[in-house]
Amino acid sequence: MTIHFDRRQVHDDLHSPSAPPILDSSMRRAVEHKHAAQTLIAWDELRERAHEIKAYSIEHLDELLVRFEREFIARGGRVLWTQTADEAASRFLDICRAHGARSVVKGKSMVSEELELNARLTAAGIDPVETDLGEYIVQLAGERPSHIIAPAIHMSRQDVGSLFERKLKVDYTDDPEALSEIARLRLRQRYLDAGVGMTGANFGIAETGTVVVVENEGNGGLSAQAPPVQIVVMGIEKVIPTLDDLIVFLQLLARSGTGQKMSTYVHHFLGPVDGRAMYCIFVDAGRTDLLADPVARESLYCIRCGACLNVCPIYRRVGGGAYGWVYPGPIGSVITPSMVGVEDAGELPFASTLCGACAAECPVKIDLPHLLVHERSRSVDEGAASSPLENAAVSSWARAMSSSRGYSFAVLAARVGGAVSSMLPWISPAARAWSKERSMPKVASMTFKDWWRER
Amino acid sequence: MSRAGTASDAYAPGDTVALFIPCFIDVLFPSVGKAVVSIFERLGVNLDYPAEQTCCGQPALNGGHRKEALELAARFGDIFEEYKWIVVPSGSCGAMTKRFYSTLDPGGKAAAVGTRVFDLATFLVDVLGTVDVGARFPHSVTMLDGCHGRRELGCTAAARRLLQAVGDIDYRELPAIEECCGFGGLFSVKFEALSTSMGSAKCANATATGAEYLVSGDSSCLMHVGGMLEHRGSNLKTLHLAEVLASR
Repeated sequence: MTIHFDRRQVHDDLHSPSAPPILDSSMRRAVEHKHAAQTLIAWDELRERAHEIKAYSIEHLDELLVRFEREFIARGGRVLWTQTADEAASRFLDICRAHGARSVVKGKSMVSEELELNARLTAAGIDPVETDLGEYIVQLAGERPSHIIAPAIHMSRQDVGSLFERKLKVDYTDDPEALSEIARLRLRQRYLDAGVGMTGANFGIAETGTVVVVENEGNGGLSAQAPPVQIVVMGIEKVIPTLDDLIVFLQLLARSGTGQKMSTYVHHFLGPVDGRAMYCIFVDAGRTDLLADPVARESLYCIRCGACLNVCPIYRRVGGGAYGWVYPGPIGSVITPSMVGVEDAGELPFASTLCGACAAECPVKIDLPHLLVHERSRSVDEGAASSPLENAAVSSWARAMSSSRGYSFAVLAARVGGAVSSMLPWISPAARAWSKERSMPKVASMTFKDWWRER
Repeated sequence: MSRAGTASDAYAPGDTVALFIPCFIDVLFPSVGKAVVSIFERLGVNLDYPAEQTCCGQPALNGGHRKEALELAARFGDIFEEYKWIVVPSGSCGAMTKRFYSTLDPGGKAAAVGTRVFDLATFLVDVLGTVDVGARFPHSVTMLDGCHGRRELGCTAAARRLLQAVGDIDYRELPAIEECCGFGGLFSVKFEALSTSMGSAKCANATATGAEYLVSGDSSCLMHVGGMLEHRGSNLKTLHLAEVLASR
């Protein structure tokens, strides 16, 4: 599966009076909300603290995971370790079969997208039911979430109205409350029927073995505890040391994700209750590759708030679908190559101007532009992003730039090229792309270098 | 204040400043380099221009060609090693040397030399402590803020103060000044439609100010946005910050 960044559909800019797409107006609202929320607290100090905690947690991941496991087991839970997404999905199916589950209700979880869990469950004759409203909409539409925390943000309420009319055989309405009520009534019985409830985890607390799930709709809590069996699917990077650390992240996550001061629900799941069963499936799926890389490691600090997507001028113009896999936006372009293979996702890190808006917003201060540059090198090193022709051109250009003589020759070449600039777009694809909507820059009659020498 | 911090020593009168004139400015926009010289001469700053300098390696690094970037960074380190103060009229090339060299080659010579690089605005305002450089520019201007200068170097406030202190200038704040213009080096041709979509927004915002000039500390962004404006037959002209500060 080779991922190509889909640049076919570029939404016009949001500042132009014509057609502000739903995507951008929603994003802009999220950013505005967040800025309002930020004024209330020592934002930068919290970000710094969060960065430190995550740095510590990732450096001590081995100890923290073992501690979490011990506490989780002591509270009656069972832990499964999986190396690949495929293995994680298989273990999930094993548990469903062991408990005779015919359907699974799911809280919102991006990891489950990595596992392609819905497809795997369906193929095994088990009915997966997304219970987060956005996920429910996306599942009905047969699509993939286009945003980490707002899966259906690419759709308008009119789109949702038509979808419900078509798929659920209800009368058309685009009233958000009415649409929510339709979904709520459909979902209610599903919680009671399901043999297994599944959630992701926003945080795992090592000192207590607590699984923390943050949500706004109440569906996460119902998915976790209405069915007799709870399965938590958690990336191994989600573990932090203590409950005190959690306080830092809860303040950041709510504000960065949705502009709230506090999420509506923060569940602390502490092992199975009332004779039920609780499992935790830890998923590696490329995370230890990121961990092994001293630069890329920082991407494991991510708390999946989606803030870097909201401010990214690229994401805002193409939407999540263009990134071709589970995680879109700047963070997606950094982690996807390690998760699906550099050879298959080598183009993603290039879909950025490195403007740094993402890093400025990131609540855990991940230096995303520097990580994107790092991932670009990996792509080129592994032959996944540049042609042999480009490599040869860059190499001879660098050789020219490595001496005064080479430089002078390059300037001469540019001058000759400039003299025939009207022909350049025919010769060079790059010049063609440049000059479609832009005038070509002109080589000056005298360089600064020559001017300095002669002054 | 610059994000990466200023050098530990203060600038002493008589200290020599090495000019780092990026390759594309040398070849395409030499008037920017000349303007920098003229500003420093007016302020009585000793200048040197190491003539062997070529390219800092940013195109290679941003293109993923780390080996070539390392070679050019090492060369930059050698050429500028002897200087305490290095000034560049480009937020982007400034960010490459001051911020990206240290991730490219942590602890290397280039990374150390890179900490002594200052973009023009930061050097004038934060190091020399000069806001009014004695310029006069009786025109309306708005400012295109290059993202590397803004976020990697933190030089936006300095550039704005310099412009606002120019005699007879009519400074107009650009709406959505924090949004990228879409240049991004090779991004501008590899993702041409995205690049020009972002550029269109910048053109629209700049035009909406009604200003005569779009001014930036980054010739690369201006090459892209200015190229779009020219292609569209706009009256809005582009100028580098140094060219405005050199005007009298």
